[in-house]
Amino acid sequence: MPEMKQTHGKAQCFYDTYERKGELTHQTHYCPGCGHGISMKLLAEAIDELGIRDRVILVSPVGCSVFLYYYFDVGNVQVAHGRAPAVATGLKRARPDSIVISYQGDGDLAAIGSSEILHAANRGELITCLFANNAIYGMTGGQMAPTTLLGRKTTTTPFGRDKIKDGYPLHVSEVLSSLEAPVFVERVALGSTKQILAAKRAIRKAVETQVKGLGFSLVEILSPCPTIWKQDPVEAQKFVRETMAEVYPVSNKCDRTATAEPHPAPAPAPDLDELPRILKLPAAAPAGTAPRALREDLDCRIKIAGFGGQGVLLLGQLLAEAGMDDGLEVSWLPSYGPEMRSGTSNCHVRLASKPVDSPLVTKSSVLIALNEPSLDKFLEEVEPGGLVLYNGDEIPEDARRQDVTMRALPFFEIADEVGTAKAGNIVVLGALLEALPLLPAEIVDRAMARVVKGEKWLEIDRKAMERGRQAMNAVVSAVVSAVVSAVVSKEAHCHA
Amino acid sequence: MPKQLIKGNDALVKGAVLAGCRAFYGYPITPANEIAEAAAYYIPLAGGTFLQAESEVAAINMVYGAASAGIRAMTASSGPGISLMSEGISYIAGAELPCVVVNVMRGGPGLGNIAPEQSDYFQAVKGGGHGNYRCLVLAPATAQEMCDLTRLAFDLADKYRNPVFILADGYTGQMMEPVDFLTVDAHAQVTPEWAVDGTAETRKNLITSLYIHPDELEAHVRKLEAKYKRASEVETRWENYRTEDADVVFLGYGVVARILKSVVEMLRGRGIRAGLLRPITLFPFPSGEIRRLAKQAALFYVVEMSTGQMVEDVRLAVEGARPVEFYSRVGGNVPSAEEIFEKVLKTMEARAANSVEEVLSHA
Ligand SMILES: Cc1ncc(C[n+]2csc(CCOP(=O)(O)OP(=O)(O)O)c2C)c(N)n1
Ligand code: SF4
Repeated sequence: MPEMKQTHGKAQCFYDTYERKGELTHQTHYCPGCGHGISMKLLAEAIDELGIRDRVILVSPVGCSVFLYYYFDVGNVQVAHGRAPAVATGLKRARPDSIVISYQGDGDLAAIGSSEILHAANRGELITCLFANNAIYGMTGGQMAPTTLLGRKTTTTPFGRDKIKDGYPLHVSEVLSSLEAPVFVERVALGSTKQILAAKRAIRKAVETQVKGLGFSLVEILSPCPTIWKQDPVEAQKFVRETMAEVYPVSNKCDRTATAEPHPAPAPAPDLDELPRILKLPAAAPAGTAPRALREDLDCRIKIAGFGGQGVLLLGQLLAEAGMDDGLEVSWLPSYGPEMRSGTSNCHVRLASKPVDSPLVTKSSVLIALNEPSLDKFLEEVEPGGLVLYNGDEIPEDARRQDVTMRALPFFEIADEVGTAKAGNIVVLGALLEALPLLPAEIVDRAMARVVKGEKWLEIDRKAMERGRQAMNAVVSAVVSAVVSAVVSKEAHCHA
Repeated sequence: MPKQLIKGNDALVKGAVLAGCRAFYGYPITPANEIAEAAAYYIPLAGGTFLQAESEVAAINMVYGAASAGIRAMTASSGPGISLMSEGISYIAGAELPCVVVNVMRGGPGLGNIAPEQSDYFQAVKGGGHGNYRCLVLAPATAQEMCDLTRLAFDLADKYRNPVFILADGYTGQMMEPVDFLTVDAHAQVTPEWAVDGTAETRKNLITSLYIHPDELEAHVRKLEAKYKRASEVETRWENYRTEDADVVFLGYGVVARILKSVVEMLRGRGIRAGLLRPITLFPFPSGEIRRLAKQAALFYVVEMSTGQMVEDVRLAVEGARPVEFYSRVGGNVPSAEEIFEKVLKTMEARAANSVEEVLSHA
């Protein structure tokens, strides 16, 4: 730029020589008269004046300004096309004390990266964005940008940009300043020395907005691209000043710096030894009882199925929790994927003395069917000699098997008697443990106390548990020993 | 150590926090939502950042930013989201940044469905994004491994400065199993010397995947290549289950491996010497162990919830030395142990009959 002769020497935050560039290390890679070179200089001066060089992280885009890191002696991160605001978000949130400045062209920011800039602005990220609008794709050789003026010929609008076919020039600053979060949005131009001085002030203010922790700031810079526009630098400046500025009014679009409150500093991170508490890890080992003779070869595969809302999943979880406390190997798997139809719910529980291989129960030793469709669906997969508990007054006639023990009890009606049908699943638990002494009562009670939230519910559940035991006791005692032997034998499952 | 009965997805997040993960960027997708939801709760309490991004494209680039700044960062998604992240993962690999990406696989292609599949093996193991890069890929099969392999993933990501995938399935995420969390101490964060964290010490640092001169890019790509070779030599992990005397060796990962253990037991109950080789790392792949077993086993049997992805690597490793049979279910159907058992018996009968025929035809 003829009128941009350096009078004060190079900004401090530029490298003395551009070693990363590899060759011609005393000059930039920009074409003569390119706006990127000027904007870069204005940014460098702002960084120097604010004395923040060590804190700056500069995010370089894809486009003609991709090589900012050749020049700036600050922390540098080069990123994918259009993604600078997202990367800047990750950087700033990781390092709140840093000053994160992204620089993007109009293809980068207004086309491929339109989503990232919109949302970063809308979140009010504490970053500063410089947006070089040269109304063209420079780096790729002159294709239409979303900011290209109507009627302009580019390599991809050989007949001129057509509003019907290609849409209208995108007014990024106006769009962003319509949001609530941004603190400072201004459009400036590099069309004259006066405009450049105004641009300098705006850039400095935008960076300052971040330094003060006030919020999101963006400066849109109408920027000459003499090479693609096929103009000399003077004509290009004139074009910026007279033609572009007419479509893109140069002015402040939003300035809330006087009223914006600084973002609060993030709370200090807790000590590492706080983590177990924060992560709710168990404090002390529950005392597992010594394995009992019954369970030497225990391999109990339980399928629980019913309607959503019957507490199917919780019932399974309680069995698994108590099994774990009792020193067993356990797994719990909820209905998932195609089995998960609206309104029904099931889970698979395994309690075993050896490590659980598959958590899926496809041959069950115990089926708890809380409604008729579940009984119909899963009865077939119960192992011979297994146990079926059914919620109802009696087992439906067309769903009876001679080779398994089947018991029907109106669990939810029983639960009603202790105060709420919601505790029906716990009645089932009581009944099951009465029919099949898999787990000691005190261990189950402890698991229940851990899982069930609230004293009131725990009281109800304890009553429900007891009622379940009584109800089962009345109908079952004779069959227990037969069932137990079928359920505990691992061999029973090795024959398909 | 006291154990906690916990869902795999929650175990993964707690493992990540213990591993020092202090940044989680994600976008909702079933069946990975629970990971983001647990992260949204725990990571801020641990002093980190959780942010629901505007897209997976943004999320992975936020991870890029956090990783550039030198903190342990992760994201979690499922197939459609991972496809969108592929660009960012390529940049992360190119810029040699560490991060952890969880894919709780669902049915594909396209929108597919939300039920479990293993059809993103190629995407995770062979690339997904552009360029000469690899991701390390870990495949958990238990809730304990959802925690432990996540911790390992962060260590490997740092060690190799490379993205590491946790390739999980819906079952492993949804099921609850007892997990022991405190097998190792919580990770204390140290800023790596290459990071850009906005301080005087790191001012000269540059994070980039751009190497404009061919010789420079070639040198960079060769460096990455050497890194992947080194990882292949020392990071391969697998589990042998009853393979010592196995004539039939099954291969499967994730929940399928759990089912295959049942199948092994069922076959052993029939007097057939079966075993399971469960790859824990999918890249690097346990090819050496497969070759070793090929000396002893008569048959390899691969089961996947895909139309045949990992099986290609098994065949490459076996190099035709032994037959490799394949069985699969897709679309969200999970093969049952009984179903696989029947298939295997049929296959073995057919093979036996064929070999008798072959003997007769040569006579
Ligand atoms: C995903 C992707 N798509 C396309 C490209 C090719 N590309 C490089 S720069 C660019 C446009 C740059 O234009 P702009 O942002 O206006 O910057 P300028 O070069 O004009 O400064 C494009 C499309 C890319 N690098 N990545
Ligand atoms: S092509 Fe245009 S934007 Fe790119 S360096 Fe040259 S003048 Fe600048």
